Amino acid sequence: MAEEKQQDVQKSFMEETGGHKGIFKWILSTDHKRIGLLYLYSIMSWFFIGVTLGLLMKLELIAPGKTIIGAQAYNATFTVHGVIMIFLIVVPGLPAIFGNFFLPIQIGAKDVAFPKLNLLSWYIYVLGSILVVLSLFMGGGPPDTGWTFYAPYSFKTGTNMLPAVLGAFVLGFSSILTGLNFIVTIHRMRAPGMTWFKMPIFPWTLYGTGWIQLLATPVVGITLLMVLGERLFGIGFFDPAKGGDPILFQHLFWIYSHPAVYIMILPAMGVISEIIPTFSRKTIFGYKAIVASTMAIAFVGYFVWGHHMFTSGMSGTALFTFSILTFIVAIPSAIKVFNWVSTMYQGSISTEVPFMWAASFIFVFLVGGLSGLVLGALATNVHVHDTAFVVAHFHFIVFGGVGFSFFGAIHYWFPKMFGRMYDRSWARTGWVVFFIGFIALYGPMFYLGIKGMPRRYFDYLPEYHGPNIISSLGALTLVTGFLIIVINLFKSAKHGEKAPMNPWGGTNLEWQIPSPPPLENFDEIPTITKAPYKYD
Amino acid sequence: MSHVHRDDLGSKMGMWLFIFTELLLFGGLFITYAVYRSMHTQAFHLASEELDVTIGTINTVILLISSATVAMAITAIQKKNKKLSLAFIGTTILLAFIFLVNKYFEWGAKFEHGLFPGSDYLAELGYGDILFFGLYFFMTGLHAFHIIVGMVFLGFIFFRIKNDRITFDNFQLLENGGLYWHLVDLIWIFLFPLFYLVA
Repeated sequence: MAEEKQQDVQKSFMEETGGHKGIFKWILSTDHKRIGLLYLYSIMSWFFIGVTLGLLMKLELIAPGKTIIGAQAYNATFTVHGVIMIFLIVVPGLPAIFGNFFLPIQIGAKDVAFPKLNLLSWYIYVLGSILVVLSLFMGGGPPDTGWTFYAPYSFKTGTNMLPAVLGAFVLGFSSILTGLNFIVTIHRMRAPGMTWFKMPIFPWTLYGTGWIQLLATPVVGITLLMVLGERLFGIGFFDPAKGGDPILFQHLFWIYSHPAVYIMILPAMGVISEIIPTFSRKTIFGYKAIVASTMAIAFVGYFVWGHHMFTSGMSGTALFTFSILTFIVAIPSAIKVFNWVSTMYQGSISTEVPFMWAASFIFVFLVGGLSGLVLGALATNVHVHDTAFVVAHFHFIVFGGVGFSFFGAIHYWFPKMFGRMYDRSWARTGWVVFFIGFIALYGPMFYLGIKGMPRRYFDYLPEYHGPNIISSLGALTLVTGFLIIVINLFKSAKHGEKAPMNPWGGTNLEWQIPSPPPLENFDEIPTITKAPYKYD
Repeated sequence: MSHVHRDDLGSKMGMWLFIFTELLLFGGLFITYAVYRSMHTQAFHLASEELDVTIGTINTVILLISSATVAMAITAIQKKNKKLSLAFIGTTILLAFIFLVNKYFEWGAKFEHGLFPGSDYLAELGYGDILFFGLYFFMTGLHAFHIIVGMVFLGFIFFRIKNDRITFDNFQLLENGGLYWHLVDLIWIFLFPLFYLVA
């Protein structure tokens, strides 16, 4: 009862306006929780555009030949779908939304180290994302290179490459500043007694992510600038007609863009490591192994970029090396899976919605990860390179990995963020529909890829028709599930019953403060004596 | 609810991390340079002779001195000498400006000779020259942009000192400005031999 009383006394951060009204209490606030929500709303808006574009593609592929959009429009659709989904949603997604909201709370701090810089990162994010979305509507037609901007086509095509490339460059800045902010926050602002190894896993994964953001993003930044220089001034670095080398572009691009996959997946693993102990009522199994494997993934992830280029032309030695390194990166990922499963073993599992998302995450992550090994092996790679198999693989990892943990995270932390509970039966329905849709959408693509259906074509041979119908129907199911989830959460944020301080029986700091948290999170900065995830 | 949170060490750490990212940004270009120089060693050697070593040397000296003056500005503020600190910051900005003026004339001369990306004259010279001058303009251009950013940053610091927002016991921002300026200087120290002295 004493807890509930405290909750009534303290004003929540939503009621603290800083003297501003309307939208200004959001866009002028440096409170990390408001910034997290700003990211949530902006990222969700772009996500709707990305989903629409994805759905357009699947509708086009429901039958051979032209169905609703033609070849050029299809090229533009998969390009902008990719750019939006990668640069606007999955790269910033988990760190910017849940990292901003929960990192300071989980380490017992009042805010991040640089609150103003944090707000600036959001402004930069919005600027970059508007540039990217503008490329859809400006004069020359939407970009059609694929999200990878491969040279030399990216500076030969007449479409709107400038805003798209510039937008991706600007978004890199936002990503760097967020990573920098988190690293300094974790180094400098942990509560007294919270040693490195008393930190929950989610901050650890944000720490690894922060370093990748810092060390990899500048490389793609300069590469995109070189593409701009190529388009605007003809500097010739990637233009074979001027002595340049397009393969060099691919190397520089993937030096960032492969580690970027770990920017996406590490925080997702962090979220899962939060959810599973809470709903198993058990200390996480092998805390140190999870931390070590997080750092190992961040480190080894730098040296595997070449596996995107097995058919581009590299020496045999390079091919073998990249292939072996790719296999090595699977080891720490597998360690995590074993740890999660071991955490559940003999636990007292309650199958709440966040747990269902986490459990299904493990499943799709396994499928995605193991199919990644098929692609990492040189011989099989040549067979399935640039087929629907690749599309299935990275959607299982990126959409399955990040998307499932995103929905897990929002269902887990929703009561804390909005101070209200959601309708659990609708949330469960949403999960079931979404999961069925997901498997139906991407599962058949593995088969299609092995049978030889190439990716990035608006048309296909009649023999591929059957699986494509299942896939397109899966897309419609998935979107239905997505809408159920979003509508349920929206309604619950307004009308749900009031959430208690600790609805799930979690042990970390965020469950020891009111829902929603007060402006400075803690009355008094807590002193930490226990290791995380301790159930006595 | 203004939380007076001040953490000089954290602030410095943030600046160092940012400097890492800057180094990696240029790192991408240094790699590109390394690749193309190893492919076109002879052409890079000859193209480098087109550059004016004298102006390059003068600019190097100017930047080194400016690094010294910005360091002295920090020492001055630590010794509570506000006026001297302002003078040193002013000198640094002035030296940066002179650097840019030299750069302007240098670039102008190259344009006059038709040595710029996309020119017909350069296209006739061959791959090595195209890449050398492409890299030259891109890298020194990006560096010049960093000089301008550094000038704006130091100008902002100048007014902060003037308004006593930066004082002898609260000068982390000035130190960060100094760090950034040393970075700009350091990058030039690498650019200078790679372009001017490989001949």
